Amino acid sequence: MASLTGTAGAVPDRPARRLPAPPARALAAGAAWLALAGATYALPEEGDFPYTATFAAGALGIGLALPLAALLSSARLSGRLQRAGARLAHGTPWLAVLALALLAWELVTAKFALLPMPFFPPPQAILEVFLDDWPKLGGSILASLKLLAGGYLFGAAAGFTLGVAVGWSKAVGYWAHPVLRFVGPLPATAWLPLAFFVFPSSWSASTFLVALATGFPVTVLTWSGVAGVNKAYFDVARTLGASPRFLVLRVAIPAALPHVFVGLFMGLGGSFAVLVVAEMLGVKSGLGWYLQWAQGWAAYANMYAALIVMALMCSGLITLLFRLRDRVLSWQKGLVQW
Amino acid sequence: MLTVDALSKTYADGTQALSGIGLSVAPGEIVALIGGSGCGKTTLLRLIAGLDRASAGRVQVDGETIREPHPSVGVVFQEPRLLPWLTVADNVGFGLADVGRAERRARVVRALERIGLSEYGRRWPRELSGGQQQRVAIARAFVPQPRVLLLDEPFSALDAFTRRGLHDQLLDLWAESKPTILIVTHDVGEAVTLADRVVVMRPRPGRLDETVAIGLARPRDPVSARFEEAVRRVMAALDRSLRPAKPRRDLSPEGRAGWW
Repeated sequence: MASLTGTAGAVPDRPARRLPAPPARALAAGAAWLALAGATYALPEEGDFPYTATFAAGALGIGLALPLAALLSSARLSGRLQRAGARLAHGTPWLAVLALALLAWELVTAKFALLPMPFFPPPQAILEVFLDDWPKLGGSILASLKLLAGGYLFGAAAGFTLGVAVGWSKAVGYWAHPVLRFVGPLPATAWLPLAFFVFPSSWSASTFLVALATGFPVTVLTWSGVAGVNKAYFDVARTLGASPRFLVLRVAIPAALPHVFVGLFMGLGGSFAVLVVAEMLGVKSGLGWYLQWAQGWAAYANMYAALIVMALMCSGLITLLFRLRDRVLSWQKGLVQW
Repeated sequence: MLTVDALSKTYADGTQALSGIGLSVAPGEIVALIGGSGCGKTTLLRLIAGLDRASAGRVQVDGETIREPHPSVGVVFQEPRLLPWLTVADNVGFGLADVGRAERRARVVRALERIGLSEYGRRWPRELSGGQQQRVAIARAFVPQPRVLLLDEPFSALDAFTRRGLHDQLLDLWAESKPTILIVTHDVGEAVTLADRVVVMRPRPGRLDETVAIGLARPRDPVSARFEEAVRRVMAALDRSLRPAKPRRDLSPEGRAGWW
């Protein structure tokens, strides 16, 4: 008992005033970035890269900012800062590995030229694309997003409507089912040659193809969702005076929404593929076209830059869809986190 | 007034589920249907609710024939069947689609108060216990103020303690608007606790057997001698119903129920 009270007495009443030292992890990650900065700046290069110093300065900035940010967030100045600090601490190992990967990439390309040069540009060459060619790259993103949004929204809306109709009405199901079975599994890209001469413009043709790629999975999953709704819910709703319209809108559709979202995810993945192919083969804008163009001019750094941007765009859109689902389906338990 | 007249149900495969059911329940009366499983209790309730079509006979509520689900007939199922995508409050208010927003809200709030779940209005059904969910289901059925309320073994999945509490709450809600109640159960104690009359059913094909009048004032004391005597009378009727059916002329007049 005496020892217990003794221990309790040794604990200070207030947290220590002085700033705690930044965690060792943040220091290590910072060191990795500083090493990247140093190696990039100091080692001689096999080639001429105008943005080497900029890249080194960026790495230096991150290398200095990391321990500083960790220090600030552990100082318990505010709750928000602390939460940001917790996120940072979680990401620190990744940041360290990223720096090391960039360092390795830097060394095997610009510094020692171990990889064939035009095909494998160093990081600063890609940075150069972002800094010098951003208007064209940005325009391509916008063009891609516009095409994707038009086709996806149209396809999702059409697929959803058709899916509900097929799932709900036996008559619609009778006529739609064979068509869906016959045409649905055909990859949307197979329509490409046909679409480009049937439609008045390559843009409308591509919109149609993206819509097709989105529409099929959305239709099938909405249909299965609506058809699989627990009949008990319909009984309950009917005894509470629900009309057929009400049964569709307030029972069948909400109950089918988890399935619909699976369809929307699958459709989004499919629409990315069709988008890029359509842009490479017909549309004269967008990231797919940019990729094609960069490859044609042997501008490989531009190609990598476009790939990075494309990855960010697709991942961002998937994240957006996940957010939407989490909001709409908050009544569901145990959703997969993205 | 709920009137069931010569109601029969034969399934497509020829199985006769119900045969010649006749029953009339006075306004505000509580009748318990009791019998083993497979004697068509649930089928009978679904026919009365208008969820299924009868092969013959008819159901009337205050002279109006029920052919499909009707706002004057409410149902509480064996499972709560709350719609998982609606909050508890929206579930309770589901039957009030045609009622103005303000009034709907007021009635939902009142109903939640009555069942002691005021703080749970904005929760999801899955966050509630089984007993709480069934309370919400009962409130949902009462809120549109049906003239007839059908309950299909509503408490059979709950433990004895929860069940006792729910009996009280059911009677409480019933005392307010006095709907006619037809409750299916396989628990004799529950039947005697709730009902004015207990009707025993016989299986294959499902038909009504004896009717036992309970004749106890409410609130009922489950440990009183009169309660136990009523339980014994229901038990005895249940026992007789389990014996092989005898020719009709052997049945004493008191032992008959309905029209057959």
